[in-house]
Amino acid sequence: MSEIVGNSRERARRSAAASSRWRLPELAFWGCAVAAIFLLPSRHLLLNEIAIVGLFAMSIDLILGYAGIVSLGHAAFFGVGAYAAGLLAKSGYVEPASGLLFAGAIAATVGFSASFLVIRGSDLTRLMVTLGVALVFVEVANRFESVTGGVDGLLGISMGPILGLFEFDFGGTTAYCYSLCVLFVMFLIARRIVNSPFGTSLRALKENRMRAGAIGIPTAKRIVAVYSISAGFAGIAGALLAQTTAFVSLEVLDFARSADGLLILVIGGSGYLYGGIIGSIAFALMRDALSTLTPAYWLFWMGAILVALVVVGRERIVDCAKALSLRVRGQPK
Amino acid sequence: MLTIIFDGIAYGMLLFILAVGLSVTLGLMNFVNLAHGAFAMAGGYATVILMNAYGLPFLATLPFAFAFAAMIGLALERLLYRRMYRRSHLDQVLFSIGIVFMAVAATDYLMGSQQQIIHLPEWLRGRIEVAGVAIGAYRFFLVVVCGALVVALQWVLARTRFGSQLRAAVDDTRVARGLGIPTDLIFAATFATGSGLAGLGGALGAEILGLDPTFPLKFMLYFLIVVTVGGTATISGPFAAAILLGIADVAGKYYIPRLGAFVIYFFMLVVLLLRPNGLFVRSGAR
Amino acid sequence: MTVALETHDLVMRFGGFLATNRVNLQVARGARHALIGPNGAGKTTLVNLMTGVLSPTEGRIVLEGHDITAVPIAARVGLGIARTFQINQLFPSMSPLEAVSLAVAQRAGRSAGIWRGFGALPEIVDEAADILEGLHLADAMTERSDRLPYGKQRALELALALASRPKVLLLDEPAAGVPEGERHEILDIVASLPRDVSILLIEHDMDLVFSFAEKISVLVQGAVFLEGSAREIAADRRVREVYLGESADG
Ligand SMILES: Nc1ncnc2c1ncn2[C@@H]1O[C@H](COP(=O)(O)OP(=O)(O)OP(=O)(O)O)[C@@H](O)[C@H]1O
Ligand SMILES: [Mg+2]
Repeated sequence: MSEIVGNSRERARRSAAASSRWRLPELAFWGCAVAAIFLLPSRHLLLNEIAIVGLFAMSIDLILGYAGIVSLGHAAFFGVGAYAAGLLAKSGYVEPASGLLFAGAIAATVGFSASFLVIRGSDLTRLMVTLGVALVFVEVANRFESVTGGVDGLLGISMGPILGLFEFDFGGTTAYCYSLCVLFVMFLIARRIVNSPFGTSLRALKENRMRAGAIGIPTAKRIVAVYSISAGFAGIAGALLAQTTAFVSLEVLDFARSADGLLILVIGGSGYLYGGIIGSIAFALMRDALSTLTPAYWLFWMGAILVALVVVGRERIVDCAKALSLRVRGQPK
Repeated sequence: MLTIIFDGIAYGMLLFILAVGLSVTLGLMNFVNLAHGAFAMAGGYATVILMNAYGLPFLATLPFAFAFAAMIGLALERLLYRRMYRRSHLDQVLFSIGIVFMAVAATDYLMGSQQQIIHLPEWLRGRIEVAGVAIGAYRFFLVVVCGALVVALQWVLARTRFGSQLRAAVDDTRVARGLGIPTDLIFAATFATGSGLAGLGGALGAEILGLDPTFPLKFMLYFLIVVTVGGTATISGPFAAAILLGIADVAGKYYIPRLGAFVIYFFMLVVLLLRPNGLFVRSGAR
Repeated sequence: MTVALETHDLVMRFGGFLATNRVNLQVARGARHALIGPNGAGKTTLVNLMTGVLSPTEGRIVLEGHDITAVPIAARVGLGIARTFQINQLFPSMSPLEAVSLAVAQRAGRSAGIWRGFGALPEIVDEAADILEGLHLADAMTERSDRLPYGKQRALELALALASRPKVLLLDEPAAGVPEGERHEILDIVASLPRDVSILLIEHDMDLVFSFAEKISVLVQGAVFLEGSAREIAADRRVREVYLGESADG
């Protein structure tokens, strides 16, 4: 009997350890991201943007994919981070890495305050609140023109070298390397979080909130925590944008940005952390292709993609794409 | 003071006509339709086109605004929305945001991005005096028209066979279906009517709310507030919520213009903190 | 007799419907207590009130002398109340191992930990494995919960409750819907729990009730209709007519 007991403990431990082990495709993925520095030297600005948007989508994944909270206004925290980093730089403190931490902390604090509204009420109230909070920030940024520059945006940001070592260049090489490093570090943190008991408890409350409560998980506290963390992530993404483009405009707070984030996550798939980054790559490629066709009506295509994804179902589209690519390559038998 | 309250009521009634369809779809089909404003916009543009290109008088365009939006609503319901009723809220949200984006871009393409101006007939401009209070003639007109619509809606819901079937379906769709009520038909008819009313609201509101391709985005929050605060169980809930919101918004913009736009957010916040499940929830289900 | 969990004049109304009607129920420490009554009597509602899923319209709930009426559901688990649900409430995409590990981590105060994964918490995982082993779930521990056969899901339901090492365990028809052969398996596990765990069992199968319970309360239309030792209840003519008669037909 005791032998069997030992055996099941053994299997349990192995299974628990396996869930957080690195897999080959993951390593390949990051390998490609690094290789892109050398293989796509003329595309660093675009890659930089992909990394930033990917980080933003990852921040949404934390609350949507893991805790199951739909937010219509995550751009609020992206924007707060962007303005925080921009204003810090304008005030004369120009070191980017510490500016990033500062902006992330501010955004997380703002997210913490907002989370108390999010834990109340139903799905519907949550939609209203998240949308409302984001609009409040647009309104505030608009109103305090003297600070934010209003519709003209925050001009004249000039960043110092990263950690006093690496100057930003015009081609965006430093920017991409910087953003990629930040993305990777944030990814490591997120990976830790979702594989921890805390992350498991988030999935629990997403899948069955009543049961989560009935095994003792304080669901409201968990939501507050993950919402603040996610806001911090979004803030750091926003700060990256501000620092690498040396510009912040009201557009960082735009509803379309929140919607973009959701769309990207739906394209890439939520709940496994890579969805945001993969979606962000697909998103950039699609925008590139479609906006060369009809430059002004990208919004239309975005809407059409959303509708198609939801109506047909993401799984089926991915399956079709796979089947198609197999056929194109000729099925290996 | 009274003028402001009256303006607020007119504005609130307009919001109600715009949002009531959303409230019913939400109660009936548990569907979060963020694209509701797109139907309002369709109605608004129908009126603009008919007036400017075909020279129809304002009043004569209103039935068309209703019919146009209702038809789009019906077509979309049959084609797309129907498949989304059983989906998760996330899917519904993404789907309807997609519809909004397409509507915004398509309108921009067809009509241009500028504000549309509606030339009201002479008798609706200016001001009139009612019981010593100066009131914009158009606001008065709005209150009369929307008030009549509210009464008519209430009558339909309370007195007609369709109304009682609808109420049964809202209470419990499964049971209603078991009783032989054609819920599918009711869904479609309700969706079309709700869209039509939104269209009518869009036409009536073009003068006060403005009309440009971003209309559905601009007013999304207003609609959400009306239905969240008002609840979906009755139509008096959203009505009261819309009136309150209207008065708060108008009064806010008048008295504290510096903070004007914040007043509705503040309103939303206070309601949420005091009554997280809405102001007028039926106490105790069943 | 020391009381573990008790209710004082507990009332629950759903709109105009009185689902719980001035219930005074005492679950003694170490009790093997059964709660029976016809369908719709309000048994599940009572458990929902005791665990905080519902808040009562009136009345108080007291755990070991402390009023817990206002304590939220999760905190009550921390105080030592655990339950199973009549209708399975599982985490569909999680494996039994993940779910039970989480429940164990929660009890051990580790569920808020961000840095260490379960791979680095062997004592938690071991305990979860032991619980699963005890409920014959070891072979299925890495499968998705929603793919398990119904009997296994029922066992997982119990495993989640046991993981919190409750002082008071409320079991809402733990063997409902389980095939005849496996019913005793689950009830045997319940019966073999340590004696200091107080157990309140809701069950329709009278054989199981009489083989398990030392004390029985009969709930009818929201109110306690009768209470007594298993032998007294078995002998009561009204119970035989009102309740046993009914269950014999059904
Ligand atoms: N949330 C609710 N809203 C309205 N009525 C409810 C609610 N929950 C339970 N009821 C009603 O309360 C009564 C008692 O239900 P309960 O589930 O507690 O019965 P039960 O004794 O557990 O029955 P069973 O043996 O079938 O499980 C039933 O008539 C039920 O319809
Ligand atoms: Mg029950």
